[in-house]
Amino acid sequence: MIFRIIKKEELEKLFELLASGSRVIGPVETGHDRNSDPIYEFSEVSNFSEIRLDHTMTKLPAKKYFLPYKEDLAAFHMKGRDWDKSVDYHCDSPSVFFGLHACDINAFNRLDKVLLGSSYPMPYYAAKRKNMFIVGVDCVPGPYCFCRSMGADTALQGFDLFVTDLGKTYFIEILSDTAFNFLKRIKTSEPVEADHVRYMDIVSKKNMKFEAHVDTTDLTKILDMEFQSDIWKYWGDKCLACGTCANVCPTCYCYSVEETVSLDLQSAKKTRQLYSCNIIDFAEVSGGHNFRPERQTRLKYRYYHKHRGFVEAYEDSLCVGCGRCGEACLADITVPKVISSVRGGAV
Amino acid sequence: METRLAYTPISGERSHRKTDLAAFESSYKAEITSIHRLTDHENLYRIQIVDQPERERFDFMPGQFLMLELPGIGEAPFSISSSPSRKGDVELCIRKAGSLTNFMAKLERGTYVGIRGPFGAGFPMEKMYGQNVLLIAGGLGLAALRSPISYVQENRNRFNSVDIIYGAKVPSQLLFTYQYDMWRADDIRLSIIVEKAEASWTGKTGLITKALEDIFAISREEFFQDTYAIVCGPPVMFKFVCNMLRQRDVPMQKMFVSLERRMHCGMGKCCRCNVGSTYTCLSGPVFDYWTVMNLKEAI
Repeated sequence: MIFRIIKKEELEKLFELLASGSRVIGPVETGHDRNSDPIYEFSEVSNFSEIRLDHTMTKLPAKKYFLPYKEDLAAFHMKGRDWDKSVDYHCDSPSVFFGLHACDINAFNRLDKVLLGSSYPMPYYAAKRKNMFIVGVDCVPGPYCFCRSMGADTALQGFDLFVTDLGKTYFIEILSDTAFNFLKRIKTSEPVEADHVRYMDIVSKKNMKFEAHVDTTDLTKILDMEFQSDIWKYWGDKCLACGTCANVCPTCYCYSVEETVSLDLQSAKKTRQLYSCNIIDFAEVSGGHNFRPERQTRLKYRYYHKHRGFVEAYEDSLCVGCGRCGEACLADITVPKVISSVRGGAV
Repeated sequence: METRLAYTPISGERSHRKTDLAAFESSYKAEITSIHRLTDHENLYRIQIVDQPERERFDFMPGQFLMLELPGIGEAPFSISSSPSRKGDVELCIRKAGSLTNFMAKLERGTYVGIRGPFGAGFPMEKMYGQNVLLIAGGLGLAALRSPISYVQENRNRFNSVDIIYGAKVPSQLLFTYQYDMWRADDIRLSIIVEKAEASWTGKTGLITKALEDIFAISREEFFQDTYAIVCGPPVMFKFVCNMLRQRDVPMQKMFVSLERRMHCGMGKCCRCNVGSTYTCLSGPVFDYWTVMNLKEAI
């Protein structure tokens, strides 16, 4: 990887260069929660000053920009008993994501495995994914963050450049030639030994700040062994089956497809909507049989898919440890608590 | 030096290759050419891909399924009930069970529908050459087994003894009754059992396991070593039937089940059909019993 050092004011110049030709999406502050803590959201920005590079965790991931909660897959024009189908992937220009944390970048990398890498790559995702310029930014772990346990605390790929605040300067990791060319247009310098030392110091301090941990040692086997454990009933009884966890998850991609007709019956739409495996009819088939009728079976399935099934298929967990689901859960169910209870056999 | 980010377009060319981006939402236009009423609840629809070269290219294995789309109504997975030799001129046996299938029942011949697929893994028919075949169907499960049955009929001399064991709730719900004599004529042994007899019923009464026991009673011990079993039926049936076959030492890799799950894509994306760590639409719907044993919640 190629590294550079830039002065703080140069980052704004880089932003201006990127924003002059593309829309920019970044973390902004949208209000305060009941504890007076700021609420951060990913939003389209026009000024560098709107972006909060020091943001902790956005309530929602940047998912709506690359895997929209609702998206039309196809449109139909009806002609009596016949019809025409047209398909649009809903992407006509590149977007800049300015200020993604390592966990959110790793969420892309893991989603890529299933949505781009396997059979039937998803063009709606691919179109947006291939038209992204990603500026990563370092962070300070919050109380819900356990990305380090999930191997998602550093991003090794999936971004164009990554910015780490060294205090007076920024340390830049460059991954793409596009980023390299953009950086030629601002003032940069080669890092010196002192910069490396400072960078390593910041990383090791960050690593000591994690409060939440998940022990993933042999987790796939343990989950298999504990499939019939009573612990799932405990968590299932608490779970409200509301689907909030999937809503805030940067890697949840399960969906529903439904079709609707226009009022004049002249056209129809096929729409994909993100779903959650915790919702009651997730596995219900026509005729009324439900393969996972109890909340505990659905909650368990969610953990199995993230921490076992995906690992088996793609050698990586589908959880990046961003902690959003635990923070958002109304029943106070968090991944570290569930996994630790499954490992220990008790709550 | 570039001053703005370049846009990378994604090809929208229509394609049916699994690895192409354009395969995702690509469908064949097909016409309903006949509707045959089987029972009060099930119809057999003959659906023909309109474009002839496309129809000839629509290759599938018995046991595979397709996604049937009624624009504006919805899309759902259906097992193909016809012989693979007929390619893209397929038959689907569909029960009126939900909004799409009830709408389907009101359609007339000549309506155009969309077809995506074929999807999933089918029954490995060629592996069964020279062996005995036990086809065990419960209720609507026969819809999925009619394709391998047709395959066996067309290649009858390649298989050893062939049995169909078919159970239904009541005689009036028996499917494909007009074909039973043809199956028998092709040297296929057929045992039919109903849970509840109606006045005119002269056949066997009981659960499908009873019909299976009768087959066991007249078969030699060695018979099962050289037997492939194909099972499809309601969820509750799998466990009982598979356990019986296991007790008779039918090898696990020679027992196949076809599982039903909710599906919204057919391409391993929507996750609705996940069992254990795999997708029913990609690795299934046909699984061998050893795989089923290793998948949580499969049967």
